Amino acid sequence: MTEITDALEAQITRWRDWVRRQPALQPSDVDELEGHLRDQIAALVESGLAEDEAFLVAVKRMGRLDAVSREFAREHSNRLWKQLVVAPDEDAASGSAGRTEILVVLGLAVAAALAIQLPRLFGHQFGEGAFYALNASLFVLPLLTGYFAWKRGLDRARGAWLAAPFAAAAIAVNALPFTPGGHTEMLAALHLPIALWLAVGFAYVGGRWWGNVGGRMDFVRFSGELFIYFVLMALGGGVLTAFAIISFEAIGLDVEGSAQIWILPSGAMGALIVGAWLVEKKQRVVENMAPVLTRIFAPLFAALLVALLYAMAWTGRGVSLEREVLIGFDLLLAVVLGLLLYAVSARDPQASPDFFDGILLVLVGSALIADGVALAAILTRISEFGFSPNRVAALGENLVLFANLAWSAWLYARFVTGRGPFAALERWQTAYLPVYAVWAAFVVLVFPPLFRFA
Amino acid sequence: MNIGKDLVAASATPFVLAILAEGDSYGYAIIRRVAELSGGELRWTDGMLYPVLHRLERFGYVEAHWATAETGRRRRYYRITGEGRAHLAAQRRQWQVVDSALKGIWTEMRFAAA
Repeated sequence: MTEITDALEAQITRWRDWVRRQPALQPSDVDELEGHLRDQIAALVESGLAEDEAFLVAVKRMGRLDAVSREFAREHSNRLWKQLVVAPDEDAASGSAGRTEILVVLGLAVAAALAIQLPRLFGHQFGEGAFYALNASLFVLPLLTGYFAWKRGLDRARGAWLAAPFAAAAIAVNALPFTPGGHTEMLAALHLPIALWLAVGFAYVGGRWWGNVGGRMDFVRFSGELFIYFVLMALGGGVLTAFAIISFEAIGLDVEGSAQIWILPSGAMGALIVGAWLVEKKQRVVENMAPVLTRIFAPLFAALLVALLYAMAWTGRGVSLEREVLIGFDLLLAVVLGLLLYAVSARDPQASPDFFDGILLVLVGSALIADGVALAAILTRISEFGFSPNRVAALGENLVLFANLAWSAWLYARFVTGRGPFAALERWQTAYLPVYAVWAAFVVLVFPPLFRFA
Repeated sequence: MNIGKDLVAASATPFVLAILAEGDSYGYAIIRRVAELSGGELRWTDGMLYPVLHRLERFGYVEAHWATAETGRRRRYYRITGEGRAHLAAQRRQWQVVDSALKGIWTEMRFAAA
């Protein structure tokens, strides 16, 4: 057998590391391919090639890695799914650290699941009064923040600072003398999670928020992926609950009530923590899913918005100012921004604009016009009937979204026409993130006294 | 001569099974044997052989086991099964039909050209 020098050994190791990153290949496949490579190199060296030449030829003969990996994936399509639950190979190296993390995550998930049940001991009930609506985010987001503070190794001083917004929020929503069932109470309940999400983001980027465009973009990506995982788990949880109810009914026990009290709220809290961990752990798997979803839904939402604008122009109908309708409308705009952010985050900043960028531009442009129409309607209403918490909240929200959409549309148009860099859009989107939180915090903290807790 | 991709893919299964029918073997040796049999004309992309082997394993035509070769390296050896032999026989009949049919028309073409 030919001697293998250190230089060649290093080259083979690098090749192996590179191959190992293919999701469809398992360690045993990589072993098999490596054995092949070594046989091939040995034969080539025997026939007179220098080692590095032999290495290059052997790698070339192995074929394009993406094509080979695709063949493996086709043969073992089940493996890609397995990755969602089975820890991938590279984690095996840090086995004990991985186990600690699983324990921490499970502990936090159980803590969140129990925390939401705790107030029931003190006479608060789900769906009765506004206690749970106001406090919902306070049961899980501090734990989520704690998880990231722990994971990113945040120092104690910064960690303590992160506790401040949660403490302030808890005091504010519980101490403010809301009129039960009033508008400001409802608005505070709706806006608090948005405001506190920034604190989660601060922990997510390990406290390095300022000037950290990449980190903030990761946080945006994380938020979208968490949403996808959460929806998937909610679907599974719904099926589980349905089976629990049906199967207990089969033996004559009615558990529907207890399922609603126990499984639903506790499951949702636990799912958020576990979902966050899954996103951290299996980033690669969902990274492939999110851009695909963006590609599917961006054109569909663009079509929806264009149809909406046409219908408004054709029938002359304006946007209704019912709170539920406005929330729905703002959610639609938020989804548009989410799609934009997702497309932005998944995009290769170096690539030149293509057809899909045109679709996104239509999407943003039509959302901008729709938001303009909504703003006009809100302003008309305010000038007619004066200020009310709902109208001002709607005005603020739509202004915040409008500003973002307008500047994004401008930057995107510049990029598509080749007059501006793509990175400008990324910087703008990440820089804008705190604005949402600041406005939400404003609604939670300033609106109640401003409108006398109505 | 460059043999078309589809033909290479179609002939992979009978080649692998026939080579394994000669005796147990492993990936690299199978590739070498194919090159030898075709006088170097038939070149596979090496990496593509393994998904084929794994597919045959899933169908139950071959079995695999890890063993240490005389070089001290661990290799995954493949062995043809009874089902594999039956499949090889069926494949052989199919290829013979194609081969004889093509031979027939090529002989006629030679007469027509003459």
